[in-house]
Amino acid sequence: MTAALTPRNVVIAVLMLLLAAVPVYAAVTANTFLVTLFTRVIILGMAATSLNLILGYGGMVSFGHAVYLGIGGYAVGILAQEGASSGFVQWPVAILVSALFALLVGALSLRTRGVYFIMITLAFAQLVYYFGVGLDRYGADDGLTIGRRSQFAGLLNLSDRTQFYYLCLALLVVTIYLIARLVNSRFGMVIQGARSNDRRMRAIGFPTFRYRLTAFVIAGAICGLAGALLANHTGFISPATMHWTRSGDLIVMVVLGGMASSFGPLIGAVALLSLEEALPVLIRVSASPMFGDAAVRMAEYWQIVLGPLFLLVVLFARGGIDGLLAGVRRG
Amino acid sequence: MKRISIAASAVLALAAGPAMAQGKSVKIGFVSTFSGPTAVIGNDMRNSFELALDHIGRKMGGLPVEVIYEDDQQKPEVGKQKTEKLIQSDKVDFVIGYIWSNVLLASLKPVVDSQTFLISANAGPSQIAGELCSPYFFSTSWQNDQTPQAIGEYMNQKDVKTAYLLGPNYAAGKDMLAGVASTYKGKVIGEDLTKWPDQLDFSAELSKVKAAKPDALFVFYPGAAGVQFLNQYVQAGLKGQVPLYTAFTIDSLSLPRQGEFALGIPGAQAWVNDLPNEANKKFVADFKAKHKTYPSFYGAQSYDAANFANSAVVAVNGDLSKKDAMRAEMRKANYASVRGPYKYGNNQFPIQNFYLQDVVKDAEGNFTLKTVTTIVKDSQDQFHEKCPMKW
Amino acid sequence: MLLFIEQCLNGLQFGLLLFLLAAGLTLVFGIMDLVNLAHGSLYMLGAYFAATFAAWTDSFVLGALLALAATLVVGMALEVVALRRLYGRDHLDHVLGTFGLILFFNELVRLVWGPAGMSLSLPMWLIPPVEILPGLFYPTYRIAIILTALLVALFLYVLVMRTRLGMLVRAGASNREMTGALGVNISLLYTLVFGLGAALAGLAGLMQAPILTVQIGMGENILILAFVVIIIGGIGSIRGAFIAAILVGLIDTIGRAFLPDLLRLVLSSRGASTVAPAMSSMMIYLLMAIVLVLRPEGLFPVSSK
Repeated sequence: MTAALTPRNVVIAVLMLLLAAVPVYAAVTANTFLVTLFTRVIILGMAATSLNLILGYGGMVSFGHAVYLGIGGYAVGILAQEGASSGFVQWPVAILVSALFALLVGALSLRTRGVYFIMITLAFAQLVYYFGVGLDRYGADDGLTIGRRSQFAGLLNLSDRTQFYYLCLALLVVTIYLIARLVNSRFGMVIQGARSNDRRMRAIGFPTFRYRLTAFVIAGAICGLAGALLANHTGFISPATMHWTRSGDLIVMVVLGGMASSFGPLIGAVALLSLEEALPVLIRVSASPMFGDAAVRMAEYWQIVLGPLFLLVVLFARGGIDGLLAGVRRG
Repeated sequence: MKRISIAASAVLALAAGPAMAQGKSVKIGFVSTFSGPTAVIGNDMRNSFELALDHIGRKMGGLPVEVIYEDDQQKPEVGKQKTEKLIQSDKVDFVIGYIWSNVLLASLKPVVDSQTFLISANAGPSQIAGELCSPYFFSTSWQNDQTPQAIGEYMNQKDVKTAYLLGPNYAAGKDMLAGVASTYKGKVIGEDLTKWPDQLDFSAELSKVKAAKPDALFVFYPGAAGVQFLNQYVQAGLKGQVPLYTAFTIDSLSLPRQGEFALGIPGAQAWVNDLPNEANKKFVADFKAKHKTYPSFYGAQSYDAANFANSAVVAVNGDLSKKDAMRAEMRKANYASVRGPYKYGNNQFPIQNFYLQDVVKDAEGNFTLKTVTTIVKDSQDQFHEKCPMKW
Repeated sequence: MLLFIEQCLNGLQFGLLLFLLAAGLTLVFGIMDLVNLAHGSLYMLGAYFAATFAAWTDSFVLGALLALAATLVVGMALEVVALRRLYGRDHLDHVLGTFGLILFFNELVRLVWGPAGMSLSLPMWLIPPVEILPGLFYPTYRIAIILTALLVALFLYVLVMRTRLGMLVRAGASNREMTGALGVNISLLYTLVFGLGAALAGLAGLMQAPILTVQIGMGENILILAFVVIIIGGIGSIRGAFIAAILVGLIDTIGRAFLPDLLRLVLSSRGASTVAPAMSSMMIYLLMAIVLVLRPEGLFPVSSK
């Protein structure tokens, strides 16, 4: 990445600065909710970034990525319930179990292609989802309340909103950096090569299956960590975190922000979650001069705007928001 | 003037600067489901809550009331996030609402930790009645087990020898089946929990019921699932063969779609639209005039919640910092509830009567619910002993 | 024994309902290579149309026929306005674009019909159960669903395998340019096929409406099952969809019917009732995973391209 002053780099720099300034602004205005809201944005941005490694760069459309959010979350929740509240135990377990599950799913599904791959990853995610629904001891369908955040023996106090926020932001930045390094390495070139032409890559002697499987496992592990963060953030975990629509949300973030772009998924997460908050307000404000009180009810139909917006992005902005900023068209 | 505000966007909040200055008003956050298939319940709650505010002149203890409605989308995480927004950003004085047990359980902590009063207008999970009870939590509904316990009593009164139980596989579903089993003295010869919320078809379970030939079938299927279940029950030819007993399966929201099929099927409820007290008559008549339909029990509990909060604010003359005085007043349940007078137990859940409801046609040919008899008087939930709070 | 037969009929009926939905999906998928998540929205529209028209005309059958025509028209319009622009794009674009359409249709239905949902009641002659074997009474309407779905399966088979239209469709699927060069209006053909798929989805929606419910979002959960069916069957294969649908229907129903009793042999009663529904839900996905691991292109792969 060169530091040229392109519009895209400016937007990314401004976005990162704004994210860094959120707790300060919240402290000045005594509105702590902004920190709560943006912690969630950052964590989901991290999950989307991990998905981008396999989806954007590797061309593996996993329709079950939210399952790792759930596995990471349950690792924290179950360990906390059983009395192990140390983050030094919880977080490695979250990462490890996610990685192992990704290894299993990847090994079985990477033989399939296209829609079959989409659906087999969905199938495995649904299996875990229903497993969670059957987990009677840990709240089953109603989920598990996590009373205590992960403990880091005096190093960090995660109950402090600001500390937790900056920890998440730091982990996000590290994730983006690591993935950027990874895709520009020989390893990354092989996965990207396998996306465009797997047969040719194999013909010139790369065991692409192993490379793709490794990428799949790394993505799962990072998303598992994001799941551990999310569980700490909400103090709650339920099977709903793993529902297929949540995997769909992650895909939307990646595609909306821009596939195969370092900051794209984060931009997508910010855009999607802001739209969810802003669209109702925009409709209400713009409709109220004409419709008065009815504007409040109209604002509840905000998804009628959001849906076609997705379609428009697909049709006219194929590189997502990041593609628009860079002025490049994908494909 | 009606003043309703909805989720403020983070973007707009950033642009608009500091949150609105704390004016002299009573701020209420109302969390319910306003989108998706169950939005019909949230709408009914909002309509009833608004009606209650209109009835008290949209003022409590001399202060204007400002309500912020938030949509939980029936998801625990979303409900929790919206609740945190109400507490941290809007700094409300009351949080009211909650249809679903799981959404309430996820949202409880941020509210009571911030020492804000939470009034549940529907959900009543056993944990909050027991070990999670809080001085800042009140219910204007019931505890999950109470209603099925009442119907279990009724089945005893009808001398039902054998019963089959059906319900969905989530916390409230399990609470309901356990509730019936705890009071019903006959023999439970079969029990199935079905997938929730996406089970489409009950044919397999209904075939099993038919083969088991019980004297009675008890079901708990709230919302649209109730419509679905009843259709299939009738089509399988079970109506007339195996009598049905219900909890929260037939209400005034589902009744227009259940129609004829629901006639003569009993259910238990703490409130029915024809209870003969003045507050209820006014509520039901004005609701019907305004919305052309009967209010549901969800609405009645929300209407109560507004008047209940009002009683607390009036008691302290609008000084909302006097939380102990407000709580002391709330514990007296000193307001005109549409279910008639009731008391609070130590866990701040109601001790109240349960009535047997039946489905009939009203003068205009619409299906509606009618009180038949009182099944139990002054019922208290069985979890209050687990609640350490004493007063 | 009678109970077992009855449960098999239940499974067969559920499977055939899934087939109606899956047939349209697999047609569109196999021929236009389009992943259409909004197929579930057409299913929902079919049910809403039927409930509305049946109320207007006071006849279930007439309402159903009008609803079929209406979904056909909506489907073709949708294809012309939006979806044809997605042909040839990658599947990810399809998923995102049609996911957007789901949101749009859900809100549109809420705007037009309100949030409460509707009901579609059956005519009296379809309500009382009939005795199909000595001592075995079965709901008449469910038998009607089984017969209708079998007729549709036969119709599709004849249409695709024995008619000129079917020949064109098969030709267009294997080589679009070549078929176009031979003077066939591929664009119109695709619109027709999409309309047919939409009408099938609408038929599934309106057939299930009297048993289940007519409400917003009703298409989403069943859509995933329909996808499972076409994946197990092999994309584009009507025959595969037919067999896979019956398989999925039987496994789901038999699982729900007998798993709790089996589990009670090893678990406590309450534990068994909790675990059984979760396990029978898992079985379908397990089936799909196993099929894909063993046969990465489904049971009946269609070799086109």
